Amino acid sequence: MAFVTAPLLEFENVGLSFKGVNALTDMSFTMTAGELFAVIGPNGAGKTSAFNCLNGVYKPQRGDIRWKGDSILGMRPDKVAELGIARTFQNIELFAHMTVLQNITLGRHIRTNVGWLAGAVWYGKAKREEMANREKVEEIIDLLEIEAWRSYPVGLLPYGIQKRVELGRALAMEPELLLLDEPVAGMNLEETEDMARFILDIREELGIAMILVEHDMGLVMDIADRILVLDFGQVIGEGTPLEVQNNPNVIKAYLGEELTA
Amino acid sequence: MRGRPNLYTEYKAEMGLFPSMSKKIAIGLLALIAILGPLAALPFLGFAGDASWLILVNKALVFAIAALGINLLTGVAGQVSLGHAFFMAVGAYTAVVLGGEAGNTVWGLGLPIWIWLPAAGVAAALIGVFVAPTAVRVRGLYLAFVTLGLVFIGLYLWRNLGKIAGGPGTGRPWPELEFALWRNMDPLVSFTSDGPLWWWLTPVNWLPWVHIEEMDGEVKTFFFLVVLVAVFAIIAKNLMRTRIGRSWAAIRDRDIAAEVMGVADAKGKTQAFGISSFYAGMGGALFASVVGRIIPESWDIFLSVEFVAIILIGGAGTIVGTFLGTFFVVLSPRIVENVTGFLATQAEDGGPFSWLGSIFVRSSADDWIGIVSYPDAAGPGLSVAQLNIVLFGVLIVVFLIAEPLGLYGIWLRARNYWKGWPFTY
Ligand SMILES: Nc1ncnc2c1ncn2[C@@H]1O[C@H](COP(=O)(O)OP(=O)(O)OP(=O)(O)O)[C@@H](O)[C@H]1O
Ligand SMILES: [Mg+2]
Repeated sequence: MAFVTAPLLEFENVGLSFKGVNALTDMSFTMTAGELFAVIGPNGAGKTSAFNCLNGVYKPQRGDIRWKGDSILGMRPDKVAELGIARTFQNIELFAHMTVLQNITLGRHIRTNVGWLAGAVWYGKAKREEMANREKVEEIIDLLEIEAWRSYPVGLLPYGIQKRVELGRALAMEPELLLLDEPVAGMNLEETEDMARFILDIREELGIAMILVEHDMGLVMDIADRILVLDFGQVIGEGTPLEVQNNPNVIKAYLGEELTA
Repeated sequence: MRGRPNLYTEYKAEMGLFPSMSKKIAIGLLALIAILGPLAALPFLGFAGDASWLILVNKALVFAIAALGINLLTGVAGQVSLGHAFFMAVGAYTAVVLGGEAGNTVWGLGLPIWIWLPAAGVAAALIGVFVAPTAVRVRGLYLAFVTLGLVFIGLYLWRNLGKIAGGPGTGRPWPELEFALWRNMDPLVSFTSDGPLWWWLTPVNWLPWVHIEEMDGEVKTFFFLVVLVAVFAIIAKNLMRTRIGRSWAAIRDRDIAAEVMGVADAKGKTQAFGISSFYAGMGGALFASVVGRIIPESWDIFLSVEFVAIILIGGAGTIVGTFLGTFFVVLSPRIVENVTGFLATQAEDGGPFSWLGSIFVRSSADDWIGIVSYPDAAGPGLSVAQLNIVLFGVLIVVFLIAEPLGLYGIWLRARNYWKGWPFTY
């Protein structure tokens, strides 16, 4: 019996290629519970691909991915979600014909279990579950300050609000790990500050571990505990924001400029 | 944790089946019309008690049950199926084998309705779940083709399984809508014969001007179906507003994201196929029973297409739209026929619409101007049935392009218009 608790998440030499093009080469890192881990790198570096491998959307050809010590390689995406791994997407992937309420409530799927029979009857189990869902969802709506949009179909909402709804949907899963793929891309300064505040709120109030993929270096350097730098699918640096900013490989990849923001 | 002045907690009322007062009133009025209309007890709706209308309305109600199923599968879960006619047939033949009379050439166990009707739904659902593993592998148009294949396999089976379906072109009679405890026992309630609805209702004169003691068979069938339709509509709504319905809608809108949020794609689609087929089976059995006799050729692709038309014209993914679409598709042929007949008479008698009639209707073999031949003038021109097919085709295209929410969308727009009145935009 070892008393060493396994880390929350481990990537070990993960390799992914598409028809000979390497999207990820030997990607390795480890993260612990509650950590705010950032992954940065130029366009096409493989950040989103790494998320897709973790989610089970892509199947890496080499290496291993472990959750709390157990390999989750080859698991179906919905099974990965059930472990408590939630995600937002770079290009918003909301359910366009559903309302804000319905979208966020869908996030409750892994935390609920009413089947078709109880659902058809409604009274009893299903009604109780829906009431509990609603209570949870209203808390998230309040946290993310989207009260005004509650019953709109999300397809009609402004981009910045859609990003928040997507975050809300992920939070409704009550995850242990939250993957954020460019949460502030395309946002103005005010929206970016709001989102940064939400991310910090989530960390402080809910204690959820996060992997943040983001091009906004100011934001990353401000809030990340540790940063992993990818370039052409390879890890070229890892460490605290200060360490990464002074890493010569990283400076070379980024031509030195953006990092000192 | 910070205080939450904006936290919303007053949602109890919102989560009811009919969340607003106006919806409650609307459904109450509808119920009142449904009860009093067929009894010819309403001042302006006296014609609603007319048997020929009621037969059509009853057919619409039966179709509505099957349509609620295709709405769940196609409208909510986004899986376009052309196999609905097949599942309806499975239900109908299950019903007739269990509930029909045995003959020299056909099987029949003569069991009562409380067995054959649920069994029709269950059998269709089982077959639906059985074929689902093939169906969930393909998407979009491919799924439409795969499910269309079912219809052709079905047609072949029904034509050749004489013991079940009766012969090609002749079919066999279906069990009636009557409730008996067991085979060969006198029915406790008959929903098809003329006479009192229920033996103990007769002595009480509920409404003096309504003669329930001499109710028409069609009226009784109507009441039976209305209750059934209401129950199945509520069940569909309940499914839509709970976990399973949300997962269907998520699969429809974005299947990969749905999976990443924890929705098991294949399981969700399989459930949608099973439940939708249950509705189809029930609808098919009731349809056959209400019609009385069905030939095996009836379960064809046009029946399936009618249901796609219902969804597209009514509005996909909504219960109200399902009903609007069903009533439109079932009743409009009758309306088209009446209008055509009216125009033909106008043309003949020189009424105020005779000009329209003479353009629109070909009334005799040597009348060369007109679109529709009525009644059955030889030579070119569409028949009324063909005109209906053209009409549906045009409407499907129009709704696909201009109003994807169908009649429901038009209704929404009208409602929003009047909500804002007089400050319209
Ligand atoms: N499904 C796919 N098929 C083929 N190639 C792919 C696929 N997904 C990603 N790639 C390739 O893998 C590489 C990494 O892409 P990825 O989207 O992971 O980059 P990224 O770091 O997220 O970039 P960005 O900052 O632009 O979002 C790119 O070269 C991309 O073209
Ligand atoms: Mg990306």
